[in-house]
Amino acid sequence: MAETIWRPQGRARRSTRALRVRTSAAVLAVVVSAVLIVPPLAQLDQQAVDLAAKLQPPSWAHPFGTDDVGRDLLLRCVYGLRVSLLVGLVAALAATVIGTAVGAAAGALGGRTDRLAMRAVDTLSSVPHLLLGVFVVAVFRPGVWPVVASVAATHWLSTARIVRAEVLSLRGRPYIDAAVSGGASRWRVAVRHLVPGILPQAGLAAVLMIPHAMWHESALSFLGLGLPAHQASLGGLVQGGRGSLLAGHWWPTLFPGRLLIVPTLAVAGLAGAWRERRNPRRRSELTL
Amino acid sequence: MAGRRTLSAAPVLLAVTFGVFALAALSPFDPVKAYAGTAGLTASQAELDQLRINLGADQPLVARWWDWLTSALTGDLGTSAVMRQPVTDVIAERLGWSTLLAACAFTIAVLAGTALGVLAARRPGGPPDRAVSALAYTLEAAPAFWLALLAIWFFSVRLGALPSGGLTDAGSDTVTAAQVASHLVLPALVLGVSQLPWFYLYVRQGVADALGEDPVRGARARGLAERRVLLGHALRSGMLPMLTLIGSRVPELITGALLVETVFSWPGIAAATVQAATAVDFPLLAALTVLATAAVLAGNLLSDLLYGLADPRVGFDG
Repeated sequence: MAETIWRPQGRARRSTRALRVRTSAAVLAVVVSAVLIVPPLAQLDQQAVDLAAKLQPPSWAHPFGTDDVGRDLLLRCVYGLRVSLLVGLVAALAATVIGTAVGAAAGALGGRTDRLAMRAVDTLSSVPHLLLGVFVVAVFRPGVWPVVASVAATHWLSTARIVRAEVLSLRGRPYIDAAVSGGASRWRVAVRHLVPGILPQAGLAAVLMIPHAMWHESALSFLGLGLPAHQASLGGLVQGGRGSLLAGHWWPTLFPGRLLIVPTLAVAGLAGAWRERRNPRRRSELTL
Repeated sequence: MAGRRTLSAAPVLLAVTFGVFALAALSPFDPVKAYAGTAGLTASQAELDQLRINLGADQPLVARWWDWLTSALTGDLGTSAVMRQPVTDVIAERLGWSTLLAACAFTIAVLAGTALGVLAARRPGGPPDRAVSALAYTLEAAPAFWLALLAIWFFSVRLGALPSGGLTDAGSDTVTAAQVASHLVLPALVLGVSQLPWFYLYVRQGVADALGEDPVRGARARGLAERRVLLGHALRSGMLPMLTLIGSRVPELITGALLVETVFSWPGIAAATVQAATAVDFPLLAALTVLATAAVLAGNLLSDLLYGLADPRVGFDG
């Protein structure tokens, strides 16, 4: 969240923050539990075709309407969100692990390693993310793992920068000096003293990366370079609704896209509130 | 000065070209099969081997890269299989359309973002600020391809006011300015709107900060009109950091263009990239990836230059 220039003071401020946190948490809880619980419990087939009920607008029977072969869009969206969320989680985790490892190594070892690693980060970040992702998926052929690899390959850069900066600031602290003069090995200093210090930052970066990863995956799937059709993610659903859109049926396009926005805003709201609480005076940068 | 910055971009570009080749070499992608297409299924092994030698695919990675680089410097980027013409021709034909679209979108984003940002910063926390900010965050989270589709639905299908894609009307052979203009409106609007939140949030922040600073207080104390204070003083100093960040928006612009050009079948470079990727047309894809990187580096260079021009305190040697 952006730094809100205007902020209510005192109690009002705490209550708006609490409201924001509660709304975001509630939305996320609903989304995550829907994604986790509905598929195994409902025993409904998202692929159930009902040609008699094709392209029906939203109604009580089908809250999101039906698509061009009569499949219930609410159910398909829940499954699509499940795929998107899973891919996003795995990809964000992979990107965070790579970024933390590179950033920590660069910061802790310093010298030539540091220069080399940061040069690599700068070089990679001068290729637009989605373009690099498209390139990776194109040469490795579309599929789940190429998509995860494509997200991880493009998203570890910011984490590496954050972690390196954090390590550099930790390295000068007295407790690290104390550990070194106490005879701790490099490895021990890194694992026992540096890693716990950088975990909060890396964790925040990882959480904020999930929406980005979902976004990236949806864009790839939309372009036809993502997941195969039987693993329709939200981006794949939007792509699937394109044909009906030109005939005037807006619902197969509208709802999957909305489901992509809602978790993004909820995550951003939570992360913003957390950052504000940890560091109320800092001007937080614009992140979403 | 600018020359030195340009020189420092050269190794990055070189590394990216090599990375593109290395990545392709690591992948299961086979240039011979890609070149032969369906004919490769029936061709004999001897023919395939001959093709491999002709294409230079039997050479080691570094040799292939060096070949590509040297011929690229003489203006030969190979032939695109999916477009059936030399890669340089594809780029020459399409670069102009992409530039036109990106420039229009950028103008829309900067103008609308600045106007809305000033409006919101006048009274932070007021109703206009809250409404526009909420909208900006939603737009920032919305994928560009989704916005593009909704725009098509509303303006083309529902209202029937604007064409839903392409450069000219179907069945028309000549490209006239009026047709291009009407086909440009929707893509430029969508690309502009998808870039807008960022500009809006920065202007709002910059102007709101500047409103609390001494020069603005001085201007108010001198009794200047509110309009003058806002536009002549607060906006000018608030724009400074944004001006320098404009050049760094090129990656996002390219990302947006990839999606928007594809949805609107705009005959630009970004749409060609997606086609090249779908068909695994390596010569075209490699050239376009390198071109996009060059554009990003040029944007960064522009940022640095603007920074120096706008703020004389900044030296170029730092």
